[in-house]
Amino acid sequence: MKLIKTLAGAASVAGLMLSGAAFADSDPGPAEYAAALNGKRVVMVPLAMGMDLAQGWSAILQREVTAFGGTFETRDPNWSTEAGAQALTEAISSDPKPDVLIVMPPDLNSYSKILKKAQAAGIYVLLLDNPANFKADAYFGSDWTNLGALEAKAAMDACGEGSSKKIGLVQGDEVNATSLFQYEGIMKVLDADPSYTVVAKPVSNWDPTTSRTVTTTMLQQNPDVCAIIDFWDGDASGAAAAIRDAGLQDKVALITTGGGEQAADCDMIENGTYTAVVMTELVREGGDLVAMIKYLLQSGIEPGSTSAYIYTLEQATTKANMRPDSCWSLKALQSMNP
Amino acid sequence: MAKPPQSYLRTLSQERIVLWITVAIFGLAAAALPGFLTVGNLLAVIRSVSVLGILALGMSVVIIGRGIDLSMVAVMAMSVAWYLQLLADGMTDGAALALALAGVLAVGLVNGFLVAYAEVPAIFVTLASGSFVFGYVRSQLIPQDAVPAPVGHWLVELGQMRPVGIPVDVYVFAALALVAFAFLRFTKWGRYVYYAGDNPVAARNAGMPVRPMQVLRYVISAFSAFAAGLLTAASLQSINTRVVNSTLLSDVVLVVATGGIGLSGGKGGVRNVLIGAALIGVMMNTMTIVDIPQLYQNLIKSTILLVAIIVDGLINPRDEQTAQQGDI
Repeated sequence: MKLIKTLAGAASVAGLMLSGAAFADSDPGPAEYAAALNGKRVVMVPLAMGMDLAQGWSAILQREVTAFGGTFETRDPNWSTEAGAQALTEAISSDPKPDVLIVMPPDLNSYSKILKKAQAAGIYVLLLDNPANFKADAYFGSDWTNLGALEAKAAMDACGEGSSKKIGLVQGDEVNATSLFQYEGIMKVLDADPSYTVVAKPVSNWDPTTSRTVTTTMLQQNPDVCAIIDFWDGDASGAAAAIRDAGLQDKVALITTGGGEQAADCDMIENGTYTAVVMTELVREGGDLVAMIKYLLQSGIEPGSTSAYIYTLEQATTKANMRPDSCWSLKALQSMNP
Repeated sequence: MAKPPQSYLRTLSQERIVLWITVAIFGLAAAALPGFLTVGNLLAVIRSVSVLGILALGMSVVIIGRGIDLSMVAVMAMSVAWYLQLLADGMTDGAALALALAGVLAVGLVNGFLVAYAEVPAIFVTLASGSFVFGYVRSQLIPQDAVPAPVGHWLVELGQMRPVGIPVDVYVFAALALVAFAFLRFTKWGRYVYYAGDNPVAARNAGMPVRPMQVLRYVISAFSAFAAGLLTAASLQSINTRVVNSTLLSDVVLVVATGGIGLSGGKGGVRNVLIGAALIGVMMNTMTIVDIPQLYQNLIKSTILLVAIIVDGLINPRDEQTAQQGDI
């Protein structure tokens, strides 16, 4: 009897071991992953495809979405709100409709209704870099108020004690959330220290020539300005030209924000054009975005039922704290997709 | 025939009204704003309208000939963007410049041919060719909105030149204004521009080569756009093609129209462009100094322009004699 018991015990142990081995052979993960993600359609509608940020995100998404068996498409509204709205409407009514829409809204309100419709149609909507009055399934990008605060602190550091403590702003426009919240963040910090004054806050409409003209005027009126904050590296080349023209490169610090592309930001910090740039960690942000897409598509969550802000960690990068990997290279990212 | 005596009010053309408004704003700013009446600021004012002014010079030649060129800003941005991109791709400067110039010439010729020989209205031809130029260059020839100038390129050095402390833009604007003035005033084809603009049929009946002249005007406007683009790139050390979406084109028409060059053709000259540019320059500079929010700036700008147009309409009412066919 004892023998039988021992044999039975041995057999069950062997059985357990066998079944254990079989279990290790069939991880249910990949099958579930493939079932949820395979053939899914991800459509991105940025403000325009012609800028480093959009091209960087698109390179990362292209690689990842293709790898999980989905399709990735972009639409290029080329800075036109109407064209963007049309692209979104077309995407929502297309067949098969997209499973995920990634959108950079041009202002707080224009796309809210269309995006609600998209969620109602069962599409996850992710907002990218530009906030809007709309409850997206997730928002990725900067906390623009904090970003503005970082810029203001960088400007104060650059000015320092004993300086004129006069700061000039070159705003983007008066509708885009990135400009409005950035301004709010800057003013919060500057208002907290009454020794600092803002001498002027003209608007560039994100255009470098306008940025140059208004900065020239600002420097004419206040030659003792110690720092200028331009709201985007896309037009800060204009403010930089004005400072250069006035021969004030050594006296006026130029602070801006940007996507952190090598040629657009780090090279410009290196050559002294920008004193500090509050940069988006685009590659990490792209990774967050991919993780959220993978999660949502497997989660079974109803689009529009939850919402989250996934803010990117931000830092004012200067010559002093710049690392070799502070910036990302568009060429390198794009070379990932042969 | 002796002219009947006129009251001063009657002699107020739109040009003079705009001139007086400009002088008034200038006087007010000089009195009220401490930093306005300095050499540096006045230079900045002129410089801020140099590129606009160069575009307006080209546009005025076309408009006096009873046409319009809405492709100018696209040609300005895209030709220079393509030129810089060719350099970035490793082409020699001479070859790249030659290609860009050939492209500009081609756009001017196509515009002119379609208007002069195919007789398609200029407004449609140039609107379409502008979109085509933007779309083609942006999608096929350059990878991004902004194209930087190569380090140490002659454009960058040009942009940093300050002969006698004056930015090079100002010299180029002044030189081109002089050339345009000489062309319109002293050359045969320049004088013909007015005749053809005033009455194309009569001009042709009188034996003027109306159609080739029309082609020439669009080539002139295309080249002035290229010059404006080069200056922009020289100063910013890059060119951003987003300028095509900006209000620059309407600002150009604004400078020409408020300066007193009638959109119906045959009237005006370089002086009008200078007055129009002066108004815009002084107005924008003053509003920036006073730090007026953008939305109000647009309101003020448009109000002043409307006032100029309305006053002109009241003082110089249109009637059967002054109205022309093809008025827009």
